[in-house]
Amino acid sequence: MKEVPEILQQIPQNYYVLLSSTIFIIGVIGVLTRRNALIIFMSVELMLNAVNLLLTTFSAYRSDPTGQVFVFFIMAVAAAEVAVGLAIIVMMYRYMRSIDVGILDRLKF
Amino acid sequence: MAQNLFYFLTFLTLLSAVMVVFSKNPIHSVLYLILTFFTISGHYVLLNAQFLAAVNIIVYAGAIMVLFLFVIMFLNLKKESEVHKPNLAKVAAVIAGGVLLVIFVAVFRKATFLPVDETNFNSQIGMVKTLGQILYKDFLVPFELVSVLFLSAMVGAVMLGKKEEGERNTF
Repeated sequence: MKEVPEILQQIPQNYYVLLSSTIFIIGVIGVLTRRNALIIFMSVELMLNAVNLLLTTFSAYRSDPTGQVFVFFIMAVAAAEVAVGLAIIVMMYRYMRSIDVGILDRLKF
Repeated sequence: MAQNLFYFLTFLTLLSAVMVVFSKNPIHSVLYLILTFFTISGHYVLLNAQFLAAVNIIVYAGAIMVLFLFVIMFLNLKKESEVHKPNLAKVAAVIAGGVLLVIFVAVFRKATFLPVDETNFNSQIGMVKTLGQILYKDFLVPFELVSVLFLSAMVGAVMLGKKEEGERNTF
């Protein structure tokens, strides 16, 4: 119960923070470079997971379960968000025969 | 042993995350995203968060990715049909992301975190029992609100996906 697992002793917390930031940046680059709405959506999921990993890291190193409960809620919200977002993408495909976000600029005019 | 496992999982996570963004075919992107979620679950297991590892696989790799695959196969996307952004925009995006990464690394590389508190450490916090008790004691109201959120998301998804009367475009 009391002893600290060896992974927490061997791996500095910085490594996990750097890993999470790198995954987050990969998601940011995906959102900025791609025009396929589905890929952009997947990149957003990637960013959410980076944040989840970061919260779990702090929770594990601080031995505080609240962070993991928070990750649980983030996952629940992400599931709801995916259901609505994919419905929007399907609707967009039905109206325009494409899921290219480049043609979604009608609000400009 | 645990160290090597960490480095292996990290390498696999980063590789598959990069492949999600740079795959030409959306189906490959989804498969690489599933791989990413599995490796992140591996990280959760390494961090002693068994409950989250299981939930991550069930919710993300199970439910969400099936939805994604379903929609991609439903939409019948051809990989050539995607119009790419101009190269200048892509390079600018990668540079912008890279600058943000450099800032993050510069900030966090030298950051010192509080050391692990060895006297009051409890290695069982990630187990289902502990998290379940906290979830139903301290976080009962948010937990119930999540169910309302799911209900409204379900209604919203059905409303958006429903075909309207007199709509001309059909699949």
